[in-house]
Amino acid sequence: MNQDPTVPARVLVTKIGLDGHDRGSRIIAAYLRDAGMEVIYTNPWQKIEAVVTLAMQEDVDVIGISSLATDHLLVPKLMAALKQAGLDHVRVVVGGIVPDEDEADLLATGVSKVFHPGAVRDEIVSEVARLARDADNARPLD
Amino acid sequence: MQITPARWIEKGHPMSMKNKAADWHEKYDAMIGTDKVVKNRSGIEIAPLYWPLDDPDGSYAEKLGFPGDDPMTRGIYPTMHRGRTWSQRQLIGLGRPVDFNARIKSILKSGASALSIIPCNSVYRGLDCDEVEPEILGTCGTILNTVEDMDISLKDIPIDEISIGLNDPNPFTMLAQMLVVAENRGISWDKITGTSNQSDYISHFVANHMFYRLSLPGARRVQMDTITWLAEHVPNWNALSIVGQHMQQAGATPAQAMGLTLSTAIQYANDCIERGMDPEKFLERFTFFFDISISFFEEVAKFRAGRRIWNNLVTERFGVTNPRAKRFKFHAQTSGLDLTRQQPLNNIARVTAQAMAGIFGGLQSMHTDGYDEVLSTPSEDSAKIAISTQNILKHEAHLCDVIDPLGGSYYVESLTYAMEEEILKVIVQIDEKGGMYKAVECGFVQEMIGASALEYQDQVDSGEQIVVGVNAFQETEDASSRPILKRPPIEQMEEQIKRLKEVKVARDPDVLARALQDLRDTAKSTDANVFAAEMDAVRAGATLGEIVSVLRDELGFGMPLVVA
Repeated sequence: MNQDPTVPARVLVTKIGLDGHDRGSRIIAAYLRDAGMEVIYTNPWQKIEAVVTLAMQEDVDVIGISSLATDHLLVPKLMAALKQAGLDHVRVVVGGIVPDEDEADLLATGVSKVFHPGAVRDEIVSEVARLARDADNARPLD
Repeated sequence: MQITPARWIEKGHPMSMKNKAADWHEKYDAMIGTDKVVKNRSGIEIAPLYWPLDDPDGSYAEKLGFPGDDPMTRGIYPTMHRGRTWSQRQLIGLGRPVDFNARIKSILKSGASALSIIPCNSVYRGLDCDEVEPEILGTCGTILNTVEDMDISLKDIPIDEISIGLNDPNPFTMLAQMLVVAENRGISWDKITGTSNQSDYISHFVANHMFYRLSLPGARRVQMDTITWLAEHVPNWNALSIVGQHMQQAGATPAQAMGLTLSTAIQYANDCIERGMDPEKFLERFTFFFDISISFFEEVAKFRAGRRIWNNLVTERFGVTNPRAKRFKFHAQTSGLDLTRQQPLNNIARVTAQAMAGIFGGLQSMHTDGYDEVLSTPSEDSAKIAISTQNILKHEAHLCDVIDPLGGSYYVESLTYAMEEEILKVIVQIDEKGGMYKAVECGFVQEMIGASALEYQDQVDSGEQIVVGVNAFQETEDASSRPILKRPPIEQMEEQIKRLKEVKVARDPDVLARALQDLRDTAKSTDANVFAAEMDAVRAGATLGEIVSVLRDELGFGMPLVVA
């Protein structure tokens, strides 16, 4: 562990691509905040480069991408960009409408978890907390 | 106004009934207990039993009236669904214009009676297809960048005979394209009927950012220019559809969604009056678009109450006497939020219950969701089942035989009053903020909706609200019932991008540059009409992306207020 365990997990909750439906991302942001995590929340329509920059500046452990209208198809590009920026340790989760066929593809590109409709608060919070610890352990020492 | 047994007894009804009521109440309490409170999504407490309404002022005529007569609680037309049933208006959009055209023809053949065109998300963002990653093109709707795209989409479709819904946010480029297509086909604009379905920029700013392209003041300007231009040139087009659906999908309770929608309509009506328009006329062209959740009776009461409030409101606030201007015409869509990924075929049952609530609520037009909407963009098969659901309810279940068939139900009437009270509370709150425009500018509405969204999610998470297959009655997943996803091949999208580039090259650059400069100058000025200039730009071959880009430069980019 690089970090003091009392330091809260830092999570970026965002939407890439074209869609603007944000009920899901707002609820997730509130859940994680209520669970004591530090949440960085953005407007929708973020460019992949902007997400990478923000993840670096804010030193986040986890990035949560909310996708309701096929924007998850851009996530493989995000994974590649994170890798290129040396942010391999950052864990990425995707939530929303993700067809089964696509879920397998996302996991293959390094996404840690896909949350589908019906996922509940406890499951989401505990999984994100676990991934944040993983990310922290994997964080490179300066 | 809740009619509880206790209240009935207070009202001094005959002793025999009083005793029976007391007797029943005692038995009920003994068996159930008094601490079990049931509330609907709008927070209204629901009694276990409803009684004949104690109606001291004998107000049937005042509160219900007859269909087509004030206050139109029972419907906006004398004949309602007995005369003409609702339009079956399925939302369709996919891939290239040519694919979309084929899908429209197939849907029309299976019984749809009106069209609703859904463009690609890139269009919603105001981007041409050559500005977007091809992976996410055409996955949710059709690419409509040019007049040519619109012409192909509507090939062999009699656009002068069929009502068309355009999911076309401000600055209404799809409408401009369609009017130019009509012009090129020699069709007079007064034959064009339909609705600009995504014309409610306030709801986009608050609740559905997908459609939000221009700044709040910019969108307001363009909307008013478009409404005034259409009133003059395309008299049978509904320029405005005020969208409660976004509010409810974003989290508002049914009562809040109705209240916020009516407050939005008041805002737009005041803006029209400020432009010197006559409410007796422009209100004829106001239409509404709502969500139908699975909270069955609540939704029925929401629509009945909304119709009554609107009727009273336009009479009182705007002095309207023209009955056509008092009609609360609405399209409704079954709520995708109630659908579950688990056991997805169950969604057919959910959509059926939702559709019934909409029908009993007296809608004029409906979209029923495909059962697979929660899994992906709906498949063709699921879209057909969704239309069949409407046909079955209409023709086999005979839901259209009687007008307002739930009218007179002790429960439904009582709930309609109670919903009316809740809705009016919201309208008063918004009035106190200085109207809807100001109430969204300061984030008040966003906070209201956000809080309700969380509250409902907590009820589902805690199991208080049972959702079959999600928090109760779970079963091992059977993926075989899931439809096979068909997405447009990326090569098709690349071809579409190539085609756009060819169309762009074939234009007369001087004519185009002049038209775009005119559009810019018009937007800069305060008195010229932006939509008129936009029509000229579309005629000169300007694309969606070019038009939106000019208007964003001059009128500001639409960035939602983030409240999280």
